[in-house]
Amino acid sequence: MSVETFEAAETGGLTSESAVQARTPWQLFWRRLRGDRVALAALAFIVLLVLVALLQAPIRSLLGLPGPNVQNPAALDVFGTPTGPSAEHPFGVDTLGRDVFSRVLAGAAVSLQVALISTGIAVAVGTLLGMLAAFYGGWVDTTFSRMADVLLAFPVLLLALGIAAACSGAEGCAGGLIQPGIGTVVFTIAFINWVFVFRIIRGQTLSLREKEYVEASRSLGASNRRIIFREILPNLVAPIIVYASLLIPQNILLEAALSFLGVGVQPPQASWGAMIADAVTVFDTAWWFMFFPGTALLLTVLAFNLVGDGLQDALNPRSDR
Amino acid sequence: MTDTLMSVSHLTKHFPLTEGVVFQREVARVHAVDDVSLEVRRGETLGLVGETGCGKSTMARMMVRLLDPTSGTISYEGEDVTAASGARLKRLRREMQMIFQDPYSSLNPRKTIGSIIAEPFAIHGLLGSDGARRRRVQELMEQVGLNPEHYNRYPHEFSGGQRQRVGVARALALAPKLIVADEPVSALDVSIQAQILNLLRGLQRELGLTIVFIAHDLSVVRHMCDRVAVMYLGNLVELADSDTLYRHPRHPYTGALLSAVPVAAARSTVRRERQVLEGDLPSPTDPPPACRFHTRCPKAQEICRVQAPPLTPKDGGALAACHFPLADEEASAIVPTA
Ligand SMILES: Nc1ncnc2c1ncn2[C@@H]1O[C@H](COP(=O)(O)OP(=O)(O)OP(=O)(O)O)[C@@H](O)[C@H]1O
Ligand SMILES: [Mg+2]
Repeated sequence: MSVETFEAAETGGLTSESAVQARTPWQLFWRRLRGDRVALAALAFIVLLVLVALLQAPIRSLLGLPGPNVQNPAALDVFGTPTGPSAEHPFGVDTLGRDVFSRVLAGAAVSLQVALISTGIAVAVGTLLGMLAAFYGGWVDTTFSRMADVLLAFPVLLLALGIAAACSGAEGCAGGLIQPGIGTVVFTIAFINWVFVFRIIRGQTLSLREKEYVEASRSLGASNRRIIFREILPNLVAPIIVYASLLIPQNILLEAALSFLGVGVQPPQASWGAMIADAVTVFDTAWWFMFFPGTALLLTVLAFNLVGDGLQDALNPRSDR
Repeated sequence: MTDTLMSVSHLTKHFPLTEGVVFQREVARVHAVDDVSLEVRRGETLGLVGETGCGKSTMARMMVRLLDPTSGTISYEGEDVTAASGARLKRLRREMQMIFQDPYSSLNPRKTIGSIIAEPFAIHGLLGSDGARRRRVQELMEQVGLNPEHYNRYPHEFSGGQRQRVGVARALALAPKLIVADEPVSALDVSIQAQILNLLRGLQRELGLTIVFIAHDLSVVRHMCDRVAVMYLGNLVELADSDTLYRHPRHPYTGALLSAVPVAAARSTVRRERQVLEGDLPSPTDPPPACRFHTRCPKAQEICRVQAPPLTPKDGGALAACHFPLADEEASAIVPTA
């Protein structure tokens, strides 16, 4: 009897398969996220932003706009004041006669790139170290936890300024591994952020490693490595996604702040933070120079936060225990 | 069939309680298991009974080498389990498996039932092809009374009893000889408990398993076990055949446990002396000296406070660690069926 059933299940192919298929935790997650209009709208905005950042060159040529670093003195008026939004320059030009629209697009690419890469690195490092510290305990835990405590004792922005300043010399830092510019910003942000991920993952792992399924796995002969990556890590995916989605907007702001303070992305490369800094002195006469990058920054951070909240709601309900 | 499958001798486990962050200082130690010796015979079901906190789970975890003992040895078919490591340990692990108490915590919520039951094959590199593995998983599911078509469902879709069946299937996957079941039914509804107990008994008969069955009261154990070991505060206080133990408990603690077992309504007219234990369970960090039961024992005398009673044979063949074991009259006052 039993053998027949199994053969039937195997040869029955798709029909019996899908009849048996139950809803996975991920399917439940999608269902809940689909119902969240706000998060979906924010997600749509982010997708649009990513597309615009990727396709900035074709978009520029479509609109007949100059590149982000092209200076055009003719776009300034006789007193050297930038001109406002017009047909040639939809967002106006800046003090050097550069097209603000092109620079906002270029800034989007920089923002997203820095935030995504640095968050990715921070999450990877923080997750790995957090799991190892909690799983092995003892001196491994003591070492990483003390490092984290020390890092957390510094005010974030001050620490970032210090690292960024130290690394923005011509030869970079970490033996030339970290070059000034985007590399430095990414390194600085990742270096500051892994600690937060580390603390969360360490806490979660401490409770996960006490689960009986971990013991079951060990009594079956599983290696530590298998237990960490196959039993514990899958249970951390949800908190990792939620946390990363909340770190990204923070890191966009941090990049902007560093660039605003002059230790972030280096000129002439466009960055929303640096544009805002440059615009401060001429705000009275050229509001557009600050308004457009500022609005872009605001909307982007808001969108990421809304998506993060939506993910959290969709992943966290008590239904998956 | 009385040859020994596993023999435990002078097994001790103390958990140090430490204080301080960098320089850890031991402030106390929990005497979870203290100098326990017993044998598990091939093919039997050995019950391990005692109040909560008396060290049953600690014993179980040491037996399957999830914990290293503080001292003492465990030998499995003549091989020292406590000293095994590497490939030898991995081979030994195929011989003995554990069934856990909590059907919720014992299954990874992120894995399907199929991959949970197939995990032993993945770990030991058995049944190479996916098809072969799945067939074997479905056979196991059927064997424990689960619908084999549910292999790709997740644990949260199953009831407690069904989850416990998954745990049983996983434990059976490597065809072990010894199963250590740590209170496998105490988290389940009473109506479902019997089903799981019957399943275990059936499997034992079918597969010739040896089972160490842990419970915190004697009522569940009665119909499951050939022999019963009673623990109190980390010590083994009585070890006897089930029938002997239930008819003639010798240790006053066993007597107290038995008097707490509810009796069937038909028999409740018989006058039965309900022996209630006095006092609280002492802390395992600071167990009473000599006989650990003396603080609560109705028969305790001076010698019980100064000299630990050895585990010796008493009338009727039971092994008990007591200076003043219960006489037949006392035992039958507690257990009227005697
Ligand atoms: N990892 C540990 N660290 C410190 N103390 C522990 C640890 N594990 C168990 N203990 C202590 O050892 C004693 C025995 O615990 P154990 O879990 O073996 O009891 P048990 O008989 O299984 O109880 P229960 O019926 O509640 O499952 C308890 O006092 C417990 O608090
Ligand atoms: Mg226990």
